[in-house]
Amino acid sequence: MMSREEETREEFEQEDDERKEKRELVIPGEVITTGNDYLPGDWAKREGQDIIALRFGLADKSGRLIKIIPLSGTYMPRKGNVVIGKVVDITFNGWLMDIDAPYSSFLPLSECSKFVNKNDLSECYDIGDMLAIKVLGVKRKGIDLTARGKNLGKLEDGMIIKINSNKVPRVIGKEGSMINLIKKESNCDITVGQNGIIWIRGEKVEDELFAEKAILFVTEKSFIEGLTEKTKEWLETTKQQKDIKDDKADKKKAKEAK
Amino acid sequence: MEIANLTKKRIKDYLEAGKRFDGRDLLDHRELEIETGISINAEGSARVRLGKTEVVAGVKMDVSEPYTDHEGEGTMITTLELLPLSSEEFDYGPPKIDAIEIARIVDRGIRESGMIDFEKLCIKEGEKVWTIFIDVYTMNDDGNLLDASALAAIAALMTARMPKYDEEKEKVAFGEFTKDPLPITKNIPLTFTFHKIGKSIILDPGREEEAASEARVSIAMSSDGKEAKINAMQKGNEASLTQEEMFNIIDLAEKKYKDSSKEIFDRIEKNLKGKK
Amino acid sequence: MAYTKRPDGRKFDELREMKAKVGVVPRADGSALFAFGDTIAIAAVYGPKPLHPQHLQNPEKGVLRVNYDMLSFSVTERKKPGPSRRSQEISKVTEWALAPALQIDNFQNTVVDVHITILQANASTRCAGINAASLALAHAGIPMTDLVSAVSIGKIDDKIVTDLIKEEEDYEDGEGATDIPLAFLSKSGQLTLLQLDGKTSTKKLKEAIEAGRAACKEIYELQKKVLKEIQEK
Repeated sequence: MMSREEETREEFEQEDDERKEKRELVIPGEVITTGNDYLPGDWAKREGQDIIALRFGLADKSGRLIKIIPLSGTYMPRKGNVVIGKVVDITFNGWLMDIDAPYSSFLPLSECSKFVNKNDLSECYDIGDMLAIKVLGVKRKGIDLTARGKNLGKLEDGMIIKINSNKVPRVIGKEGSMINLIKKESNCDITVGQNGIIWIRGEKVEDELFAEKAILFVTEKSFIEGLTEKTKEWLETTKQQKDIKDDKADKKKAKEAK
Repeated sequence: MEIANLTKKRIKDYLEAGKRFDGRDLLDHRELEIETGISINAEGSARVRLGKTEVVAGVKMDVSEPYTDHEGEGTMITTLELLPLSSEEFDYGPPKIDAIEIARIVDRGIRESGMIDFEKLCIKEGEKVWTIFIDVYTMNDDGNLLDASALAAIAALMTARMPKYDEEKEKVAFGEFTKDPLPITKNIPLTFTFHKIGKSIILDPGREEEAASEARVSIAMSSDGKEAKINAMQKGNEASLTQEEMFNIIDLAEKKYKDSSKEIFDRIEKNLKGKK
Repeated sequence: MAYTKRPDGRKFDELREMKAKVGVVPRADGSALFAFGDTIAIAAVYGPKPLHPQHLQNPEKGVLRVNYDMLSFSVTERKKPGPSRRSQEISKVTEWALAPALQIDNFQNTVVDVHITILQANASTRCAGINAASLALAHAGIPMTDLVSAVSIGKIDDKIVTDLIKEEEDYEDGEGATDIPLAFLSKSGQLTLLQLDGKTSTKKLKEAIEAGRAACKEIYELQKKVLKEIQEK
């Protein structure tokens, strides 16, 4: 069974630990290079002889293309992105969603993942529900979403955390390596939305909090090399401490129950 | 804006298991930072950080006529602005009920505790008295603006200095300060707001916990050194509380006050940052 | 008597000690603090985000909204809370000062909100605000072709001075004080803000503009340094 993360991975490039070192941190308006050797890609622009950065981020040169990898800023939706959003309103023909993007987004009736009662859409998805949805298209007036597809639809239980959407590739890792490591060590179901909204569900409260801590560790350390190794180490040490703590708590509960 | 249904449910589940998202105990507050003297043109000022929540408060003074039913007493006005800078949910415009309620709760705590000796703020009975303006501004909203604001207000008052008064011109010499503190008594109020979520009672909610809060009770307490007294209370939000729950909260407030007042007042005295 | 010495001992072309910091409002998409000596401004940026109500939306490009205000206790005589005509005017000229740097044509129907608050005032508040806003916009990932830098140049009697303080603004001898807030696009040196009140010859004004350009180059270096030192948001 293909996980949500594997589907997501197809849509964007992975961070490569080695290449990252060669990237320079640039500010808006800064000249990255001069001359005609390169073409401007995402968030870069040609100004006369120069190619300048349009955003604060890392200047990435690959082949003949220079693009900026943003370090900050709101999520910019792209077709095919799997995101997590909240239902904020219900109209006669669908659900208005909040996916933390610059444009409003809408999930039409026809794109619901299950059978819908046309007279009461809230039976399907209600205001305040969290959904895993896919971006079908981005237009001037708004974003079109779908909940039809593998592993899309309403999220039940669990908790939601929000991270900087620019850190999502790090949290997922090369071919899902990072997020799979965290899922395994925390024993939790985790869905990472491209918009930086993450859903975690575990059997125990402690497991969910552990997964959250691990994800925050990765986002805070996203700059360093060998992050996967460092995360493995951190997970092992923290897990040992956590297991000791959980054992103590379980024993205490058992004692009190007697 | 409402938080997700599943988050609300999770928060309740966690609290029932005695846990919070950031690992705190239910009645623990986040890391507290207090700095005073943070704005040099103010008679007194303070910045309070509770975790990532940040508010600043400033004290300015002027002279005016007293109220007709309190001719020998100074006056005090407390305002609060929920600055749009501090949250995408705050709008521009005249203060709405959220800001008004917090300002009034903060004001009552200070007024009813007797923290300020208003009689000492009289310059000429029936004609001229000092007016204290306490203005509080939110700088980052991550939950519990109320307790942070109340604390910032008293910290600013405790460390304020009286401005120079020009007797001849009968005006305040703005920009010139004396070394005299405001007439502050020992009865300094501390405010604790308890939130009920499901069956649990917590202190110092983070942003999501605050959105999941069903009922809240703010209690301002002060002590003259002998006995701690409750000076102001406010129950807010829509759910109801049983008498038992309320009695429990009242006891918790007293305990919290006894346990933390000395440390908080010490911190305020020690963190004078500005030139005064 | 001619103006020969500044109250704080600075040279005529010397800026006050500046301080800049990014990320001071965690909840915002981008934020920064900028100070000229005792004047401290804080800016927070939210956006791009959908603009409500709909009738304010621009279907052709994103909208920039700026609000500038001072805390009541930032000045020696209390400023009544709430917008004043002065703060509304400053909000507008600040918007015009920042707009030329922004590249938000592709963000139709959205808004970028910039909130500027003055924590402590000793003249040059709108310039400190613009410098803080530039940093906050970059921090928020708003696409821009340049950073904007601003400074208050004064003419005190017949001397051009950089980064006025309040005491200088109040100078009354000779030709008194002329206050000229200026803002430039850092690379190109194009002017995006120029206001003036006082009394000056055209020759002195041109001198003032050049002094402003020189000072803004220095300010830009600090803005650039502060951004480059950010490792995380």
